[in-house]
Amino acid sequence: MSWGLVFALAAGAYGFKLVGFLALGQRQLPAVAERCLALIPAALIAALVVKDTFSAGQHLHLDARVVGVAVATVAVWRRAPFVVVIVIAAAVTALVRAAGG
Amino acid sequence: MRRVATASAVLGAAVGVFGVSFGVGAVGAGASVAQACVMSLLVFTGASQFSAVSVIGAGGTTAAALAGALVLAARNGAYSLTMGRRLRGGLAKRLIAAQLTIDESTAMAVTQSGPEAQRAAFWITGLSVYVFWNTGTLLGALIGSAVDPRTFGLDAAFPAGFVAMVWPLLRDRRGRIAAALGAGICLVLVPITPIGVPILCASLAILVGVPRERVGT
Repeated sequence: MSWGLVFALAAGAYGFKLVGFLALGQRQLPAVAERCLALIPAALIAALVVKDTFSAGQHLHLDARVVGVAVATVAVWRRAPFVVVIVIAAAVTALVRAAGG
Repeated sequence: MRRVATASAVLGAAVGVFGVSFGVGAVGAGASVAQACVMSLLVFTGASQFSAVSVIGAGGTTAAALAGALVLAARNGAYSLTMGRRLRGGLAKRLIAAQLTIDESTAMAVTQSGPEAQRAAFWITGLSVYVFWNTGTLLGALIGSAVDPRTFGLDAAFPAGFVAMVWPLLRDRRGRIAAALGAGICLVLVPITPIGVPILCASLAILVGVPRERVGT
């Protein structure tokens, strides 16, 4: 990993965070833009779940992670705390992997 | 306010665990301990950091890692539109507030009743998460130098954390559609496009927001 990536990402990420505080101030965006921006987390985080669960590099790849994330999803559904979800995902994946999955 | 402080501490601790897994993952993907820590201090937005590290770890280019991570960071711009209107203070205070504008601090703030409570919740949660996230990153990066995170199943900690993050967003009908579409686009594109591009293209799912919501849905 390059330092260039670290600093470029830092500058870009901070730039986004500043938008509402400096550039736009109290200005209202068009309603359609607000509606679309509000959906960014749902669309992108869901895509990250899929990528990190079902792919390895540029390939679709099924392994122990799928079991770990599936059990963790049940934990999320059952309203388990964040820490518990993370620990369950890691523990189940490690166990399945150790068992040869 | 004590309730907010407790929730912030618990949330912070949970983020700290995530910070550990980020530190481990970053070092596993070829970052130095210093790079992992500087990234958490300066970038301070988890999903983007995980995304950048996972693209690099999978052999993607710096450009692909940066593009995907910046698209993820764009949502903080939307949060800042909300928080910029609610927070008070001079330029220096606003510059610091901007850095703390992330999922957790915004979500905790907007669920409080009254502007005073909202401002307090934002600062308490933002600072708590900042301290825990960076401490966790340092610990993880140090441990990560010595172990293979896959042995402990930590590669599954990333997507499991994202499941927990996306879950509350699925209560909203449009959120559900955008999430399903984003996930579908990503799944289809993974085998046929360069690393990082699927996440970028998944952002097209936000166009679900273009039509006006019908009354009664």
